[in-house]
Amino acid sequence: MSDAAISGSGSTLVDDWSADKQAYHVPWGKAMMWIFLVSDTFIFTCFLTGYLHVRLSTTEPWPLQSEIFALSFGGDPIPLILIAIMTFILITSSGTMALAVNFGYRKDKVKTFWFMVATACLGASFVGMQAFEWSKLILEEGVRPWGNPFGAAQFGSVFFMITGFHGLHVTAGVIYLLTVAFKVKKGHYDKKGYEIVEIAGLYWHFVDLVWVFIFAFFYLL
Amino acid sequence: MAYVPLADQDSEMEMHHPHSWVTKYVWSQDHKVIAIQYGGLAIAVGVVALVLSLLMRMQLGFPETFDLIDPSSYYQSVTMHGMIMVVYMLTALLLGGFGNYLIPLMCGARDMVFPFLNMLSVWVYALSVLILMSSFFVSGGPTGAGWTLYPPQTSMAGTPGHDMGIVLMLLSLAVFIVAFTMGGLNYVTTILQYRCRGLTMMRLPLTVWGIFIATILGLFAFPALLVSAIMMLFDMLLGTSFFMPAVIESGTPLDHNGGSPILFQHLFWFFGHPEVYIVALPAFGLVSDVLSTHARKNIFGYRMMVWAIIAIGGLSFIVWAHHMYVSGMHPYFGFFFATTTLIIAVPTALKVYNWVLTLWEGDIRLNAPMYFAIGFIFTFIHGGLTGLFLGNVVIDLPLSDTYFVVAHFHMVMGVSPVLVIFAALYHWYPKVTGRMFHEGMAKAHFWCTFLGTYAIYLPMHYLGFLGVPRRYYAMGSTDFIPASAQDLNVVITYAALFVGAAQLLFFINIFWSLRNGEKAGPNPWGSASLEWQTPDTPPAHGNWGDELPTVYRWAYDYSVPGAHEDFIPQNVPESDEPTADEQHFDPDHDESKADA
Ligand code: HEM
Ligand SMILES: [Cu+2]
Repeated sequence: MSDAAISGSGSTLVDDWSADKQAYHVPWGKAMMWIFLVSDTFIFTCFLTGYLHVRLSTTEPWPLQSEIFALSFGGDPIPLILIAIMTFILITSSGTMALAVNFGYRKDKVKTFWFMVATACLGASFVGMQAFEWSKLILEEGVRPWGNPFGAAQFGSVFFMITGFHGLHVTAGVIYLLTVAFKVKKGHYDKKGYEIVEIAGLYWHFVDLVWVFIFAFFYLL
Repeated sequence: MAYVPLADQDSEMEMHHPHSWVTKYVWSQDHKVIAIQYGGLAIAVGVVALVLSLLMRMQLGFPETFDLIDPSSYYQSVTMHGMIMVVYMLTALLLGGFGNYLIPLMCGARDMVFPFLNMLSVWVYALSVLILMSSFFVSGGPTGAGWTLYPPQTSMAGTPGHDMGIVLMLLSLAVFIVAFTMGGLNYVTTILQYRCRGLTMMRLPLTVWGIFIATILGLFAFPALLVSAIMMLFDMLLGTSFFMPAVIESGTPLDHNGGSPILFQHLFWFFGHPEVYIVALPAFGLVSDVLSTHARKNIFGYRMMVWAIIAIGGLSFIVWAHHMYVSGMHPYFGFFFATTTLIIAVPTALKVYNWVLTLWEGDIRLNAPMYFAIGFIFTFIHGGLTGLFLGNVVIDLPLSDTYFVVAHFHMVMGVSPVLVIFAALYHWYPKVTGRMFHEGMAKAHFWCTFLGTYAIYLPMHYLGFLGVPRRYYAMGSTDFIPASAQDLNVVITYAALFVGAAQLLFFINIFWSLRNGEKAGPNPWGSASLEWQTPDTPPAHGNWGDELPTVYRWAYDYSVPGAHEDFIPQNVPESDEPTADEQHFDPDHDESKADA
C-alpha cells in the first residue's frame, strides 16, 4: 500500500494526523495538558451526572439553594451574592491569566510574573471565600455531608464533594501558577521558551470553565 | 518563535543518564527499565491472583475436603482474583509493561516525552499494589463484595471485609488511577508528538495503534471509576448516601436514605466495559504484529485494522448497560444496548477475518510466539461467539450470573489476552534480554496452557446451561442441578491445577534462558518494525545511538519480491529496495518462495 497517498490529500486535520513526526504543531507539554484536561472533564462530568441522579433518586425534597446561599449585609438577604462574587473573581482571574500568557510570549518577564501572581492571588481569594462559605454552612446552618436541616441529605454530600474537588483544583492551580511565576522571574525559561505559561493558563481557564458549570448546575438549577 | 518538532531537535536532548545502580534500576527514568518494573510487578500480582483461583477451584472440586477456605474467604478470593486479574495484572502489564517498552522503540523515539512522570507512574502503581495487598492483613480481611463492588452489599455486615477491606480496595483503585493517568498521558503524547522522521500515523505498527486507543479509552473511562470510588468512600467514611438507599439490616434500619445503587452500576460499567477493550485492544495490536511477522506476510487490510480499533474504542462507550439487563431497565434501553453491543461485533469480526487472512497462504513459521498467537484466534472467536448470546437481553436473563458468564468472560478477556501476553513475551524476549528462550519448553508451555484452559472453560458453558450459579462457595444439593455436575467440577479443578502448574514452565524458561539462552542477535525473527533495528541489543539508554532513525515505509514489508531478504525494515530507503506496492504482491508468483 502506498503511504504517500495517505499523507498527500485531505483536510488539515487529516494532514496533521497523518503527517510524520507529530500530529499537532504544538510542544508536547501543551498536547499533554489538553489530553489531561479532557480526561479531567470526564471526572467532573461524572460528578455532575451523579449529582443529578441522586437529586432525582432521593426521597426527600431538595433544599432551596438560593435561600441557603444568601448573605445579608445589614438589610435583607441577597440570594447567591457570595457565589456571584466568587464567580466574578474567578472569571477576572482568567483575564489576568490571558494577559500573563500574552506578556510571556513577548518575553516580558516582569509583567508576566506580576500578572501570574495576580491570577494566583485571585485564585487564593476564591479559595478563601469558599472556606468562608463552608464554615458558614457547617457552623451556622448545620449542614453536614451526611445530613442537613433543610431537606435531602444528598444536598450536603454533593455540595462538599463537588465544591471540595473543584477547590482542590483551584488550590493546585494556585501552587502551579506561583511555581511557574517564580521560575519565569528567575529566567528559567529564557532558553526553553515561554509555552509553559500558556500551558499553566490552559489549566487555569479549564478550572474556571468547570466552575461555570458547577455554578449553573448546582446553584442555579 | 519557530517551534522545532522533537524529531528534528539535536540528539543531545536532555537525557537523564543514570549515575548509580539506584538511578539505573530503581528510580530509573528509562522507559525500558520502567517497562520491566511495571511488567514484573504485574506478573507477580497475577501469580497471587492465580493462586487464589486455584484455592477456589480446590474448594469447588472437593467441597468438604479442605479447611483452607470458608464461605467468607471464598468471596474474598473471588473478589481479589477478579480485580487483580483485570486491573492490576492485565491493564498494568499491557499498558505499563508493553506500552512503555514498545512505544518509544516503535516510534523511533529516545524515550517517553516526560520520563520523570513515567517514573512516578510506576512507583505510584507499586503503592496501589501495596495498599491492595495490605488489605489481606487488616482485621476483617479484604473485601468480598465481588469485583463489581456493588452497593449496598459492599458495606453490609454480612459481606466479608465490609469495613477495612473495602476502604483499602477503593483507596487502592484511586491510587491506581492516578498512576495510570500519569503513564497514559505519556503514552498518548509520545505517540502523537514524538515519532521519528517519516513515521506517519498510518505507518505505525498495529501494536502502537492498539495501545494508543486503549490508553485514550483508559483516560476517559477511569474517571468514572474514580468518581464512584470517591463517592463510595464518602458513603463508608462520612456516612453520606450516594449509593445507599434506606436499608434495614437484621431488623435495624441503617443510617442511610435516598441513595441510588443503580447509579453505582452505571458509573462502574461506564468504566467496566471500556476496561474490557483497554485490555483487548493492546492485545489485538500485539497479536497482529506477531502473526504478520511469523507468517511472513503483511497484515491483511492494515487500514481497516486501524479503523476497526478506533471504531471498537468509540462504540465501547455506549454499550455499558448490557451488564445491567437484570438490574431492571426500560425495555427500549435494553433494546438500545443490545443493538450497540451487537454492532461492536462487526469491527471485531473484521479483525478476526483479517488475522485469518494474514495467515492465508503465508510462509508460516511455527515458532513458539506464533503458537500462542494462533491459539488466541481460537479462544477469542470462542469467547466472542458466547458474547453474542449474552448481548441479547432475552438470552442473557436466564444465563446471567451462571457459569456460562464465567466461561464467556474468561475465554474472551482472561485466556485470550493472556495467550497474547505470552506470545508477546516470547516474541520480544530476545530484544529485551539479548538471548533466545528455550523453544521446546515454550511450546510445551503453550500446549499445556491452551488445552488446559479449554478443559477448564468448555465444561463451564455446560454448567451454566444447567443453571449452576456463579460466585457460590458450594453447590449443596438442589433439584435442578444433577449430581453429575459435581463430577465436572472435579475435572475442571484438576485441569485448573494442571494449568497453574504448567506456568512454572514459563518462569523456568525465562529465568534459565537469561543465562543459558543462545545469543539472539539484533533481529532473530526477521522483523520489519523499528524496534528490531536498534544499534544495540538490548537497546541502550537513548535507544538509537547518535542519530534517530528515519522511516520510509510501513512496518509490514514481508516476503517482498526481489528484496535482498524476505523483508525490508522500516528504516530502509525506497531507493535501496523495491516496495511491495510497486510490484503488486502476488503470493502465487512469490519469487522469494520460488527460490527456496
Ligand atoms: C487458570 C486461570 C484462571 C482460573 C482457574 C480462574 C478461575 C476463576 C474462578 C474459580 C472464579 C470464581 C467463579 C465464581 O465462583 O463465580 C473466577 C472469577 C473471575 N475471574 Fe478467573 N480464573 C483464571 C484466570 C483469570 C484471568 C486471566 C482473568 C482476567 C480477566 C480472570 C478474571 C476473573 C473475573 C473478573 C472473575 C469474576 C470475579 C467476580 O465474580 O467478582 N480470571 N475465576
Ligand atoms: Cu461489557
